[in-house]
Amino acid sequence: MTEIHAYEGAPEAEFRDYVALLKPRVMSLVVFTAFVGLWVAPGDMHPFVAFCAVLFIALGGGASGALNMWYDADIDAVMRRTRSRPVPSGRVTGGEALGLGLVLSGLSVMMLGLAANWFAAGLLAFTIFFYAVIYTIWLKRWTPQNIVIGGAAGAFPPIIGWACATGGVGIEPLLMFALIFFWTPPHFWALALFMKEDYHNAGVPMLTVTHGRPATRRHIFAYTLVLAPFAIWLGLTSVGGPIYLAVAIVANILFIHGGWRILRRDEQAAVADGYRVEKQVFRLSLYYLFVHFLALLVQGWAGAW
Amino acid sequence: MPMQAEHELHGRRRSRNVGLGLVLVAFAALVFGLTVVKVRQGDMMEAFDHQPRVSALPKEALAPAGSAAGVTPAPEASE
Repeated sequence: MTEIHAYEGAPEAEFRDYVALLKPRVMSLVVFTAFVGLWVAPGDMHPFVAFCAVLFIALGGGASGALNMWYDADIDAVMRRTRSRPVPSGRVTGGEALGLGLVLSGLSVMMLGLAANWFAAGLLAFTIFFYAVIYTIWLKRWTPQNIVIGGAAGAFPPIIGWACATGGVGIEPLLMFALIFFWTPPHFWALALFMKEDYHNAGVPMLTVTHGRPATRRHIFAYTLVLAPFAIWLGLTSVGGPIYLAVAIVANILFIHGGWRILRRDEQAAVADGYRVEKQVFRLSLYYLFVHFLALLVQGWAGAW
Repeated sequence: MPMQAEHELHGRRRSRNVGLGLVLVAFAALVFGLTVVKVRQGDMMEAFDHQPRVSALPKEALAPAGSAAGVTPAPEASE
């Protein structure tokens, strides 16, 4: 039986398509790290204000996700992983994504300023600007170091969380920033190693394309080495403690070992077993970040140094 | 039986309408909750409005207790 539609082209958007514009999975990372930053910070916030603060930080992150989807629709349409996103699939127009992103950016910054303080709100505004303009519009299509610099945007939430509670920054949130910042490149390059042709087809200058896979493997290993001291250092500050240090030491040994295994493989071995090691290290990198922040949370609850 | 068969399009529109409605209700609840918390914490609720007012001055700047009714903390119950 033939189906007859009263309209042509892609179906109208449902509510969940607008939710998808906010990149809920990235938002969950933002919620978690911002909450940890807020939780371990000195100074007490009313639980409801803290809840609202984390919510508005997440909303700001979602807004920058929508702006990213507006600008990157052409890239998303080419890559298999992102082809079914709302804008490239035609369910939501680019203009709607732009509008939603701008409105939610303004709203989240304003509400964070009213709920917490204007320093935190300013940081949130800068983060949105950094992700949407500096990363998405400028660097992503221009340099293979895009991942490195873009990682800074994802590294801001714990600083914002800390700023909500204290009204300022300190060495602890800066080290949390460093933890996410130096974690991002090995995480995404491991993904780029086994996603293969996608970024190439989309014309995004990924390191795997511009400098080759052996260079990418070296970079991954180098970043796991740079990352480790910052993770340990964080354990020696006022938010650290024995639980965090133990977790950090184990996680970093595993991650460096993973980076080493990636470094030692050549492309033939990787193709032969379907990028098994690269996929393992990618999964390990997800756990790596999660357990660090979980350990900070537990340490904060159990009492830091 | 409904008079007209509902088109799949209407289901999509309903999901948008209901979703937006819930978001707006949740936002109003959030702002109300924030207001309650902030007022209970005793935050300054008045800002400068082009004319100095006793009630918008910081507490330290006020004359000794009792002179500015309304802002100065009420004398504590002596019991």
